Amino acid sequence: MNLEKIKSDIEAAVPGCRLQIILNGSPSGQHSLLLGREHAVEIARFLRDDPELRLDYCSNVTGVDWLDSETSEKVKVKKLVDGVEQEVEEVRKTRTPGYLEAVYHLYSMEKKHGPLVLRLRPENRTDHVTLPSLTPVWRSAEFQEREIFDLYGIIFEGHPDLRRILMWDEFEDHPMRKDYVEPNDYEYEPTPHDAVLEKSKQARAIEGQR
Amino acid sequence: MLGEGIAKGLVETARNFIGSYFSKNRLTTVQYPEERLPQIEATRDFPFLVYDGDDWQAGMRCVGCQICEKECPPKCIYIEKSKDKKPDAVGKLQFYPAVFNIDVSVCMSCQICVEVCPFEAIKMDTEFELSTDNRFGGLLWDKARLSKPNAYYGKVHPTDAAASDALLAEEKAKVEAKAKAAGETKTNSELTSPPLATSGATSKQ
Amino acid sequence: MEMIAPAAQELIPNNAAATGDDALLEISLGPHHPSTHGVFRMDVVLDGERVVKLKPVFGYLHRNHEKIAEGASYLASMPYTDRLDYIGSLTNNWAYALAVEKLAGIQIPERAEYIRVITAELTRLQNHASTIGFLTQEMGASGSPLMYSFREREKILDLFESLTGSRMMCNYMRFGGCRVDLPAGWLDQTRKVVADFPGFLDEFERLLEGNEILLARTQGVGVLSRELAIQAGVTGPILRASGVNYDIRKVDRYGIYDRFDFRVPLGEHGDVYDRYMVRMLEMRESLKILEQALRDIPSGPIMDTKTKIRGFRPKAGEAYGRIESPKGELGFFLISDGSPNPYRYRVRPPSLINLTVLEDMCLGSNVSDTIVIFGTIDIVLGEVDR
Repeated sequence: MNLEKIKSDIEAAVPGCRLQIILNGSPSGQHSLLLGREHAVEIARFLRDDPELRLDYCSNVTGVDWLDSETSEKVKVKKLVDGVEQEVEEVRKTRTPGYLEAVYHLYSMEKKHGPLVLRLRPENRTDHVTLPSLTPVWRSAEFQEREIFDLYGIIFEGHPDLRRILMWDEFEDHPMRKDYVEPNDYEYEPTPHDAVLEKSKQARAIEGQR
Repeated sequence: MLGEGIAKGLVETARNFIGSYFSKNRLTTVQYPEERLPQIEATRDFPFLVYDGDDWQAGMRCVGCQICEKECPPKCIYIEKSKDKKPDAVGKLQFYPAVFNIDVSVCMSCQICVEVCPFEAIKMDTEFELSTDNRFGGLLWDKARLSKPNAYYGKVHPTDAAASDALLAEEKAKVEAKAKAAGETKTNSELTSPPLATSGATSKQ
Repeated sequence: MEMIAPAAQELIPNNAAATGDDALLEISLGPHHPSTHGVFRMDVVLDGERVVKLKPVFGYLHRNHEKIAEGASYLASMPYTDRLDYIGSLTNNWAYALAVEKLAGIQIPERAEYIRVITAELTRLQNHASTIGFLTQEMGASGSPLMYSFREREKILDLFESLTGSRMMCNYMRFGGCRVDLPAGWLDQTRKVVADFPGFLDEFERLLEGNEILLARTQGVGVLSRELAIQAGVTGPILRASGVNYDIRKVDRYGIYDRFDFRVPLGEHGDVYDRYMVRMLEMRESLKILEQALRDIPSGPIMDTKTKIRGFRPKAGEAYGRIESPKGELGFFLISDGSPNPYRYRVRPPSLINLTVLEDMCLGSNVSDTIVIFGTIDIVLGEVDR
């Protein structure tokens, strides 16, 4: 499947949509397509119904959490040093804000091709975490989007039944996020490991105070 | 005719029932613990530490390198390295584990410790009747409980043990040849000093 | 054509209010019930004996396998994959190994490919054998069929034990090949088991073929339409029972499946009976593959020598690898950031996604049929909850 061609096909079918090809460095060569949130459902519907593509089967839906990252690279910059132009190496730091991501792997049962990897990103990972749900297009996303909502906290607008799926309903945090901190609900159990041993000692001390 | 299919099926159950009196294939139940199935050689359950010779402390192959502790998926191994050194299976001076604990209530018998061990020191046991009345004390095994002689290893996994013995013998020969070569070139008092430990063991620090 | 989840529709009939709320009975099937194959619950609303609403509730076995794997090395996740679908640990191993091999671009030796096919097809045999055993048990055929299928399954588990050291938690495959070579005499033992297996299938067919109770309980029950099956991403024998020709062994031709001659059995009606028959026929096709693989297996190395098992660090990138596990499409999605641990490790569990259509299949049927329909989905909670 030619990603460039799919991109231009989508652009022709859904005018005004934002698309970007994300390259993958691994030998698997599964590059992906980043969709703009606004037109995601229309694009998904086009991918499913287009007679050439017929991506009728959405296999895998998953979330990814990318934390804020800082990359530093050395850049050669031309500068005036003592009145003479010289090339000087500078360390330039780029700060990428963290984001959440929903990744969809599409195949076609009719044409037997795939995968086409779609990515959707909410605005940030704190307060604007909504994405359009693709469950109306592919039912198979129903449980998987619920799982992303449960474990990553992305809210899928238009999902018919968005509830927690694996964690219990009263649970508050999103455990698959990279910055998730486990609650300190340690139950006393003497095991030989460093961290657990420490906790065990603490628990024993607290018990002793009572 | 209604019920024909059921009758046909019942003939099959009858065949199995009567057949179980004659055919061993149809009577597969084994009256454990009076009867036991022959042990399959590759069977594994929990790890044990191999030692050479008669004294488990002197013959301990483990050098306390902590690779298995790091690689163990459920983190059930706990090792503390010794301060002093003793000769290991191939004759090099090495550390040994001052503490070596395996929490078998956590262990999931995956055999990864065996795979990553560069010293042929940890192997899988086949002993399975291990129930205790105490979850915490009874299933936290220390180094004395875990140590078993190489002869035992040869008994439970003959094929693997033969391969492991051959590997160790080869390494030992190499080390001895090296020591001999070193001894021939240096005739002074260095001969008596032990060779340095130069294995791939990584310390935690 | 939009297919909205039934939750969005008005499921409870309008006359419910007229007859009073007590006309509808809300019950909880499970979580501790033998027919739920583990700790699984169905919140069912009943109108008399008829199911009008059904919501699967799970997560009781959730241990966040994915999070554990993201904190562990690539190798350390291999034994954990055994515990996903604990009936077929070897196919789980293969799916994970395949995804890692895609991620790092590893080629595996010929002999290892053959061993993988042999072990995976044996896994399919014992999975389907136990599934139809459970299914007949749930229909009320207490004892005999289940015991017969378990008797056969035991022979295959013995083969697994002598090869991998464990009956169910095999932890056998590695990225780059397999952990140990076949022990002496293993191939002959396997040939014998494969040669005897059709006898069991014949016996099983004689036992249940034409059985009037079985036909009444299965035919026309729990129909899953072709369109809904595709739309809901159902995979495996359930999908093929609905008449969709989609077998990843044929589509992706992963491993060396392109070398074997086998067919993909398809159903026509998509009911419980078709799902049962597709599994029976699939076992016969698996036997065909096994015969060919056992005939052609070459000698040679079983591990790629360039692949490091300890301290394995693939370069940054991502890969999605999938195989046809006995239950459907089992996929692993891995993202590497160049460190020894995967940055993202995702399991695409066939059991979970096949459950999406449980409600659609059960609506309007009896409680006792719900149990049978649920049995044909063939789920393992270790995989659903992860």
